[in-house]
Amino acid sequence: MITPQISSPLKEQEARSPIINDFCITVATVNGSGSATSNGILLRALFTMGIPVSGKNIFPSNIQGLPTWYSIRLSRKGYLGRIETDDIIVAMNPATFLQDLNYLVPGGVLFYDDSIKVNIPREDIVTYPMPVKQIVRQADVPANLRDYVANMVYVGVVAQMLNIDLQAVQRALAVHFKGKQKAIDSNWAIIKAAADWAAANLEKRDPYRVEPMPAPANRILIDGNTAGALGAVYGGFQLAAWYPITPASSFAEALGEYAPELRKDPITGKHTFAIIQAEDELAAAGMAIGAGWAGLRAMASTSGPGFSLMAEYLGLAYFAEVPVVIWDIQRVGPSTGLPTRTAQGDLTFAYFLGHGDTQYVILLPGNVNECFEMGWRAFDIAERLQTPVLVLSDLDLGMNMHIGEPFEYPDTPMDRGKVLWEEDLERFLAEHQGQWGRYLDVDGDGIPYRTLPGNTHPRSAYFARGTGHDEFARYSEEPEIWERNLKRIARKMENARTLVPKPVLQTHPGAQIGIIAYGSTDPAIQEARDLLLEKGMAIDFLRLRALPFTEEVAEFLRGHAHVYVVELNRDGQMHQLLTMAYPEYATRLRSVAHVDGLPLTARWVVERIAAMEGLR
Amino acid sequence: MMITQETSSPRVQANRVGLTRSDYRGLPSTLCQGCGHNAIANQIISAMYELDVVPEKVVKFSGIGCSSKSPTYFLSRSFGFNGLHGRMPSLALGALFADMSLKGIGVSGDGDTASIGMGQFKHLVRRNLPMMYIVENNGVYGLTKGQFSATAEKGLSLKRQGINPYMPIDICLEALVANATFVARSFAGDPKQVKEILKAAFSHRGIAVIDIISPCVTFHNQENSLHSYAWGKDHEMPLHDITFVPPREEIYIEDFEEGTVREVELHDGSVIMLKKLDHDYDPTNLFEALRVLEEAKQNNWLITGIIYVNPQAPTIFDAYDLPAEPLNRLTEDRLRPPRESLEHLNQIFGA
Ligand SMILES: Cc1ncc(C[n+]2csc(CCOP(=O)(O)OP(=O)(O)O)c2C)c(N)n1
Ligand code: SF4
Ligand SMILES: [Mg+2]
Repeated sequence: MITPQISSPLKEQEARSPIINDFCITVATVNGSGSATSNGILLRALFTMGIPVSGKNIFPSNIQGLPTWYSIRLSRKGYLGRIETDDIIVAMNPATFLQDLNYLVPGGVLFYDDSIKVNIPREDIVTYPMPVKQIVRQADVPANLRDYVANMVYVGVVAQMLNIDLQAVQRALAVHFKGKQKAIDSNWAIIKAAADWAAANLEKRDPYRVEPMPAPANRILIDGNTAGALGAVYGGFQLAAWYPITPASSFAEALGEYAPELRKDPITGKHTFAIIQAEDELAAAGMAIGAGWAGLRAMASTSGPGFSLMAEYLGLAYFAEVPVVIWDIQRVGPSTGLPTRTAQGDLTFAYFLGHGDTQYVILLPGNVNECFEMGWRAFDIAERLQTPVLVLSDLDLGMNMHIGEPFEYPDTPMDRGKVLWEEDLERFLAEHQGQWGRYLDVDGDGIPYRTLPGNTHPRSAYFARGTGHDEFARYSEEPEIWERNLKRIARKMENARTLVPKPVLQTHPGAQIGIIAYGSTDPAIQEARDLLLEKGMAIDFLRLRALPFTEEVAEFLRGHAHVYVVELNRDGQMHQLLTMAYPEYATRLRSVAHVDGLPLTARWVVERIAAMEGLR
Repeated sequence: MMITQETSSPRVQANRVGLTRSDYRGLPSTLCQGCGHNAIANQIISAMYELDVVPEKVVKFSGIGCSSKSPTYFLSRSFGFNGLHGRMPSLALGALFADMSLKGIGVSGDGDTASIGMGQFKHLVRRNLPMMYIVENNGVYGLTKGQFSATAEKGLSLKRQGINPYMPIDICLEALVANATFVARSFAGDPKQVKEILKAAFSHRGIAVIDIISPCVTFHNQENSLHSYAWGKDHEMPLHDITFVPPREEIYIEDFEEGTVREVELHDGSVIMLKKLDHDYDPTNLFEALRVLEEAKQNNWLITGIIYVNPQAPTIFDAYDLPAEPLNRLTEDRLRPPRESLEHLNQIFGA
């Protein structure tokens, strides 16, 4: 929690030097008022101007009426994690007006809807009232749309006062409304009227403004769920089952938006996939696992509560050796928790999920490009290993917009794994003394060959089951057979270490200590490393991208006096897993973990590590 | 491509696809002697043999229970998946999308379907997945040794369980109100009827729910109970005699006298002929179906026969625009969009 800013009168405005492309704007609105569009347009306009920018939506679990905030951070240096204070506030919600002011830095700026009649308790800030109602009234908008377009007023006023390129705003409108001219025009009319009003009536008294930057070519702006869904589209997903849940719904919805166009069979023009909204997550998992067993690239997307329901089915898929991909877009648990807030709290659940001895390949995308890449690669790993692959994203990465590189086309052909169709089986039998067994390890890597329903070879069929079975898929309760099979599966899973994405290593000459983190916390950690360096502390950084751990992790632990494991959960779940995997380095591992529902900030990381290092 | 089939002994019994009845067999049953489930497995074998089914075109599914074990006792040459307790519907649904030319046979129990699996069962029904869904209904949990199931009648007394205090669930009624397109009930002790219903159900394009009273001789075969052999034999009231005629034999239809036979043409052109017993039962009339079930319930009758059929209803596959070729045989060139399309997307998401 931030302590309220102390109010001392603003003086000498003119003396303040301009602050360019390096501040945070928070828009405070009421949920359901349509502000998402306005905020998205501001964000995209800044992005179009080449400015490194991120947008974080802090929203309630509510459809209409509760307060919601949207923070846009501009950072010349490219720091795109969340920060805890605001330089500029756009206040549209009377209910949170006074509370919001607590976050505004001294010298900050307040734009507010002038119908909010509250005494402003601070004299150390610059205020700009906006006659929202008046501008909307004059703009000739149908009465039923007035509330909705009211949010476009602040887009115009803020753009004018901060020097945001109005052409960039117009382009953002076109992208948002997908070229629908009527919608573009009516919104533009308000934005333009508001900008004109501000130009004529407001005198610039603050130092904040934006300037276009020579952007690195071809960047994209996208949310992680859409990126992951597109990855799945290019990975050739064939069946996706889901049940609505925030923050995962937009993943399946993105599949539904992009797959119909992109996945038309080049020969028949028909769809090469099916998306099924199941009756619950048990069924979603069952559908995906049935499809995976039958040879489809199958997936389900969900969040914690739904992921919990999938546990029994995933245990079956692990043991019956069925490829399937499950995306868990994490939110804050336990229980329904904070359903619209972000966390990395499902890690140990995913890792240990299921009764009996199980193991899962877990992928940990850290940005939108990795969402895309893991979107397709997960299928290759799942089919190669004939096992579930779990992808843990989170609300911050999944639902917020992030800048990324252009997506790279998959650089490897699809790996469909060891599948035997009719001729393959015929050949296999000829080469193996007429013997094929569904769970028979002939290559010595623990990975057996599978056949798929529809195979008309009379020797192809087998009966899959979750009960004990031998190499030929026959029911068995024999102690040795049980143990032999389970050990082979463990051996099979060892191959994962060569298939999963390796961690990303960033070093600094002479650094003695390290940070290990994963997923959406990357931007905050990048910034924290630089801030710590300013304090004289050089830190190496290993960002994990998958479980099981690969060789690089042990090497990193070996090479550092101690290592901070930074994550967004209460118990330090990755810290726990590392301690288990590397007991010899357990004393080097230090947990830096917390969860309050909000994305990680660099300041928090710096404070914690500095304190633990005894700095300051 | 042609694969040399295992040649079956060229006996007279070879059916039209060159297979004998034994080609449809499974492993020996490990269920109790006299268990109703065994009788049903045998009728599945006969029905598939008589329908000239190619075993490789069938996929078997089940949940968990004694009943759910039985898919290993028939059609060894078919793929199968014995899934989770109560969750067979979702497994089957996902799997059958892989190849729409395959036909599913699901075997479940009353616990598997009407207790833990009720939700998935009803959603499978409303989606009209083309498969035959057999409930081997014995009123108890056999595999966990004789607890009451959700179809056990109120007041039933079982060893170590006491008296069942709850009202039973009627699987046929549940299927009907969930918009099932084929609903039948039979009795494991009536093999001829079981077989004819199985044949009709297998030819139905859509979900075919068959509730077969299948006595558990070990935990629940009290003479006075609805799920026992004795009760079933005494109270069975066939709605009609069923004769199933595959399309190639359509000529026989003329042999039946007008007015005594009700014909229902199934999707593949085959015909079920229902011979009237005490009233001219019309299985395409949903109101009639609901009425006879309710009437039977109130009178403690065991109504058997094809209770409802709607051969015209679209299936789940009709809701998707999929190629006729099996999805699971599509190769990368048909699954991965071309490189240019990604460049286009990068432009859309770009500045
Ligand atoms: C999730 C889960 N809960 C409980 C069980 C234990 N269980 C196994 S079979 C069964 C009941 C089977 O009854 P039914 O479906 O009627 O089959 P029957 O044995 O009577 O043929 C139960 C409760 C289980 N396998 N899985
Ligand atoms: S316990 Fe009952 S249901 Fe199970 S096999 Fe024996 S007779 Fe059949
Ligand atoms: Mg039972």
